[in-house]
Amino acid sequence: MKRMLAGLPLVLAAILGAFFLWGLDPERDPNDIPSVLISHPVPEFALDPVPGLDVPGLATADLSGNPGPVVVNVFASWCVPCKAEHAVLSRFVERDGVRLLGINYKDKPEDALRWLAELGNPYSAIGSDLDGRAGIEWGISGVPETFIVGGDGTVLYRYVGPIVGEDAVAKFTLALQQAQGGLS
Amino acid sequence: MRAVVLAVLLAVLPMLAQAVEPDEILADPALEARARVISKQLRCVVCQNQDIDSSNAGVARDLRLLVRERLTAGDSNAEVVDYIHARYGDFVLLKPPFTRRTVVLWLAPLVLIFAAVLTGGLSLSRARRRRTDAALDPEDEARIAAAMDRYKQGGSE
Repeated sequence: MKRMLAGLPLVLAAILGAFFLWGLDPERDPNDIPSVLISHPVPEFALDPVPGLDVPGLATADLSGNPGPVVVNVFASWCVPCKAEHAVLSRFVERDGVRLLGINYKDKPEDALRWLAELGNPYSAIGSDLDGRAGIEWGISGVPETFIVGGDGTVLYRYVGPIVGEDAVAKFTLALQQAQGGLS
Repeated sequence: MRAVVLAVLLAVLPMLAQAVEPDEILADPALEARARVISKQLRCVVCQNQDIDSSNAGVARDLRLLVRERLTAGDSNAEVVDYIHARYGDFVLLKPPFTRRTVVLWLAPLVLIFAAVLTGGLSLSRARRRRTDAALDPEDEARIAAAMDRYKQGGSE
């Protein structure tokens, strides 16, 4: 009994140490909210196009039966990080031929038009989510958020926040490659 | 004195402020009351440990409106919570369900209390045993009794 108790502090220290190691891991983000959508079909939604824009709207049906994975990006003209992310997404479209679809979250159409006219429009379809209801269906907590959706309409990956900076771009590129590799 | 009272009253005034805005409130007081109950169980997804009832965040407002919309459509309280749970996962529930993943979360306090009572009880009983161990043996008792007698008789060594 005594001998067992003598070992107890060591055991406690090991348990606490492991807990702290886990808690202090810089890779672990306590703000990270796991998405329930991963490996589920995309939620039901149907969004009209942004009035005055020459690309169609976006609905659930557009996300299934694609030849490969597509990228769905939730953005808004009032979102400053989206502006930085725009260049990265445009490069994905131009260089890698990614099919990029947009959800224009709680944005006035005229603001969205001006924003896209100024920066260019990499999206091949944009749904206008005026009241943010489609955003709730997707379980987003803010903009920007980016999803990778498989050709069959299954959500494969979710990125919260702007894909800006080397680490973020590398992470997203890897996820995209995995999505493409898994289907071909 | 009056100025102090006024100052205190003014200082607590902001506590009355609520996140629920007038245009959100339902006309039916019973439904509104249910909406408030549900809103207090749902966690705001951008402000971490605040319920959506008291959060000013845009998403929290949207969810409050959604709760009221579902209630008006005839959903039960549980159905409304399930609806939002299906979209945002366990994270959105301030009281997470008891599942295999949350077993540690739920049982850790019980385990800790048990460990505390166990160690407390052990160390207390050991302390009591030590006190009884400290009782003198008869020989010492006799010596002390003799010394006391001598003292009472006024003698000295």
